[in-house]
Amino acid sequence: MSAPVIETRGLSKSFGAHKVLDGVHLGVARGESLVVIGGSGTGKSVLLRTILGLESADAGEVLLDGEAASPAVRARFMRDFGMLFQNAALFDSLPVWRNVAFRLLRVMPARQARARAVERLARVGLGPEVADRMPADLSGGMRKRVGLARAIAADPSVIFFDEPTTGLDPQRAAAINLLIRGIVTEAGATAITITHDMTSVRTIADRVALLDQGRVRWQGSVAQMDEAFDPMLRAFVRGEPLDWGPLAGQGRQG
Amino acid sequence: MTRAAPNPFRPDPVRATGRATLALLRGIGAVAIFAARGLAAPGFSPRLLAEQLLRIGWLSLPVVGLTALFTGAALALQINAGGERFQAGDVVPAIVAIGMVRELGPVLGGLMVAARVASSIAAEIGSMRVTEQIDALVTLSTDPMGWLVTPRLWAAILSVPVLVGVGDTIGIMGGWLIGTTTLGFTSQAYLANSWAYLETWDVVSGLLKGAAFGGIVALAGCWFGMNAGRGAAGVGRATTNAVVAASVGILAANFILTGLFFT
Repeated sequence: MSAPVIETRGLSKSFGAHKVLDGVHLGVARGESLVVIGGSGTGKSVLLRTILGLESADAGEVLLDGEAASPAVRARFMRDFGMLFQNAALFDSLPVWRNVAFRLLRVMPARQARARAVERLARVGLGPEVADRMPADLSGGMRKRVGLARAIAADPSVIFFDEPTTGLDPQRAAAINLLIRGIVTEAGATAITITHDMTSVRTIADRVALLDQGRVRWQGSVAQMDEAFDPMLRAFVRGEPLDWGPLAGQGRQG
Repeated sequence: MTRAAPNPFRPDPVRATGRATLALLRGIGAVAIFAARGLAAPGFSPRLLAEQLLRIGWLSLPVVGLTALFTGAALALQINAGGERFQAGDVVPAIVAIGMVRELGPVLGGLMVAARVASSIAAEIGSMRVTEQIDALVTLSTDPMGWLVTPRLWAAILSVPVLVGVGDTIGIMGGWLIGTTTLGFTSQAYLANSWAYLETWDVVSGLLKGAAFGGIVALAGCWFGMNAGRGAAGVGRATTNAVVAASVGILAANFILTGLFFT
């Protein structure tokens, strides 16, 4: 069996006294779609950032294509990589099409890169009239979709999606979920997605991992998730309200 | 004989001085490495350099020109008023010219650019930091140093001497304006007196100072922008720190360069 494309071994990360990751062991096989779920502030985004080297780990290691993630290994990994950031992270100073074609402009003429950008925008439901607009002129949902178009513009073999459907209406969210699933199934891409949206989980995931207090509390397939006995996972999947103590529910009293 | 245990609450000046010195040296080292990386980072783009030359150089021209004009004019009035005490009012053109090209042109031009450009660079890069745009550059296999810092550093180093040269000329013209309209100089006499005492090194030293000040301005803006804290407050602090550091840096560098050039 080949080595996982991405593997973390005992990954730990603290910000001051707050331990965000506490020995995370995870692996993602080639062509697999892993969805990481968990409550807000459980370290999901930090996990992605640490894998990418945007945050340095306090302990543990990251392996990319079976090799320890040195700067050179990461640089090689990034060449065939795309990422959708939680808030899109579009470059304010560039028009939409240059954002989408950012990587393409290095390997093809501007006219061809623009055509590819317009085609990618169409895949996320945005028309060619958006191409020349500046990111500041777009709504939050449109920015998100431009960010997605940028992530998939160069057909990368590994893609990270940080909350891909947050801020989208249900129909567009469903279309984006299908698009991500299609990228994994048809193009054979490896994906890690972070989401709170259980519809996204069911559409996108081959495997699900629940992060809690900086550790992987549970992982398995979507079918296993529905039958799992873990109370926290069951509560999360069913969207049961958190118990915040004696003040909880006061707002409901007449 | 036994020694009393050190009191952890009593201030230890030697230790405190040592800690402060080490922190200062670490800071200087970090900024020096940052500057070296910024000057030589891969991924040079002529388009980005041209964009920054326009923003840092061309768009600073009005503020630097106006500053030089009023400074040259005020300097002419001051030298005339001071010189008359010992019947030396006719040295106004020479002193205005030498004062502008050696000192006031580069320093005031540099400070004006610091106010305009260091703040703008720190705010722009700081906003990119807090909105994850710099992280996005990394995921797109682009070195943020090469994309953001290198063009700004080189654009400032190349364009501020040009601004200083233009400012020198406008400052001398400010003195000429006062000299010919208020102090009784003929135009020809004023200009002849200006050039007669001006040496090539006066001009070149001022331009070299301009290059150094440009580097300081861009470095301060980029450093504080890249290290901005979270949120709007973080960007605000980065902007303030960049302007303060660039201004103090220019005045300190001016003292050192003047010592090197003229002693």
